[in-house]
Amino acid sequence: MTRPLALVEQFQYGLDAPICLTWELTYACNLSCVHCLSSSGRRDPRELTTAECRAVIDELERMQVFYVNIGGGEPTVRADFWDLVDYATAHHVGVKFSTNGVKITAEIARRLAASDYVDVQISLDGATEQVNDAVRGPGSYATALRAMRHLAGAGFRGFKISVVVTRHNVGQLDDFKAIADRFGAQLRLTRLRPSGRGADVWDELHPTAGQQRQLYDWLAARGEQVLTGDSFFHLAAYGEALPGLNLCGAGRVVCLIDPVGDVYACPFAIHDSFLAGNVRGPGGFAAVWRESELFADLRRPQAGGACHSCSAYDSCRGGCMAAKFFTGLPLDGPDPECVKGHGERALAAAVGEPAPRPSGDHSHRSHHSNRPRPVPVSIGPRPPAGPGPSQARPGLPPDRACNQSPLAGFRPG
Amino acid sequence: MSTDTLPRAGFDLDRPWQLHPQVSVRPERFGALLYHFGTRRLSFLKSPALLAVVSSLGDAPSARQACRSAGVTEAELPAYAAALATLAGSQMIRERASS
Repeated sequence: MTRPLALVEQFQYGLDAPICLTWELTYACNLSCVHCLSSSGRRDPRELTTAECRAVIDELERMQVFYVNIGGGEPTVRADFWDLVDYATAHHVGVKFSTNGVKITAEIARRLAASDYVDVQISLDGATEQVNDAVRGPGSYATALRAMRHLAGAGFRGFKISVVVTRHNVGQLDDFKAIADRFGAQLRLTRLRPSGRGADVWDELHPTAGQQRQLYDWLAARGEQVLTGDSFFHLAAYGEALPGLNLCGAGRVVCLIDPVGDVYACPFAIHDSFLAGNVRGPGGFAAVWRESELFADLRRPQAGGACHSCSAYDSCRGGCMAAKFFTGLPLDGPDPECVKGHGERALAAAVGEPAPRPSGDHSHRSHHSNRPRPVPVSIGPRPPAGPGPSQARPGLPPDRACNQSPLAGFRPG
Repeated sequence: MSTDTLPRAGFDLDRPWQLHPQVSVRPERFGALLYHFGTRRLSFLKSPALLAVVSSLGDAPSARQACRSAGVTEAELPAYAAALATLAGSQMIRERASS
């Protein structure tokens, strides 16, 4: 069997269609997690309609995309969510959806357990209520655990429990694994990114250098028992690579479709710099994937820049594009969490230069967060001085429709 | 989970095999991508010739015959048997009842 190129190199040059992609169906969410990668909260009035979502699914079927990772926001609060899941699986597009569990009743769990083509991922960011709710909000631990009980009770084996590793939960890895084992679920750990509202809490939540080492050792000892979504490939510079492609797949094998149909290189890169097009454009999603100049750029060999001379470059490949971008580091420089410490030094040298802000913000207008938050800063004209946030902001799209409850008709229960 | 991608000893080239019904195959320049909807695992066929073998398994009386039809030489056969063993180990292909 001849191998003109190693697989990882084939992937670097991109595929005719993504292997899988992330599709955020709505910016509406019942929670206000402090690290939300998409700054979700309120529905956007321009979100894709049911018919438009079905057209995207038809296209994914033609492109033979095996499955989509559906997220949000909280995707299950869309009234047509279950219909879209059924439509996708009927059209040979598998679905894995991420949820905080709010809509996973016993009845829904039974329905999910009956399908081979649907996988569920429950988000949990603390193995204890205290640690979880500090990040995800009051009541969110109980909601997630209730959903897990329903899934396990319905016989759904191997659903995912997805944890964003932070400074405060990295000491609970064994406890997370025990929770997963208890429910017959599979643990998935992913990396905190300074994306969306994550930029506001990055400095206080991202694992310390010592914790990163601890995390790497823990993951390396567990091999494929614990999933990582390939998100810790920057840790490969410690030595052996963790299981996975160990490659930034942005625009090469993965991408993001956001709720309004915008296509970004990756779910952690919601910024105009990584916007490749919109599924509503001529040629739809396929044209964006195959013809966007941005994606063509990402599929060219990367030079490595300042990292080029580092002995670890072949392992870590410079780390995560989004992590660099939203901490203000150059894309061809080190990852902010570079295990050799190059990122920390680069950040220290860059003090004073503001990092780019995410292009959109759908956060709830009033945060009832139980922790102090930095003052939100957004690009655009200064809002008029005045009593309330509901005044029109000149120069920005009208957001009246968003001022209504994004969860109209939704009752937690 | 950690051992299901290891090659199984003694892949039987003379048995009839088939693609697992829950596996979807997408041809690519380098060969093909395989996705198993039951195990939710991704796998790769690293050459177009291997794709030809896998695609014809279900209609061939044996894996050996599928290889021959795809132009695999005797000298290449052990490498193909190893690749098929890996696919069997991850349930991408399975034995089918002799007809």
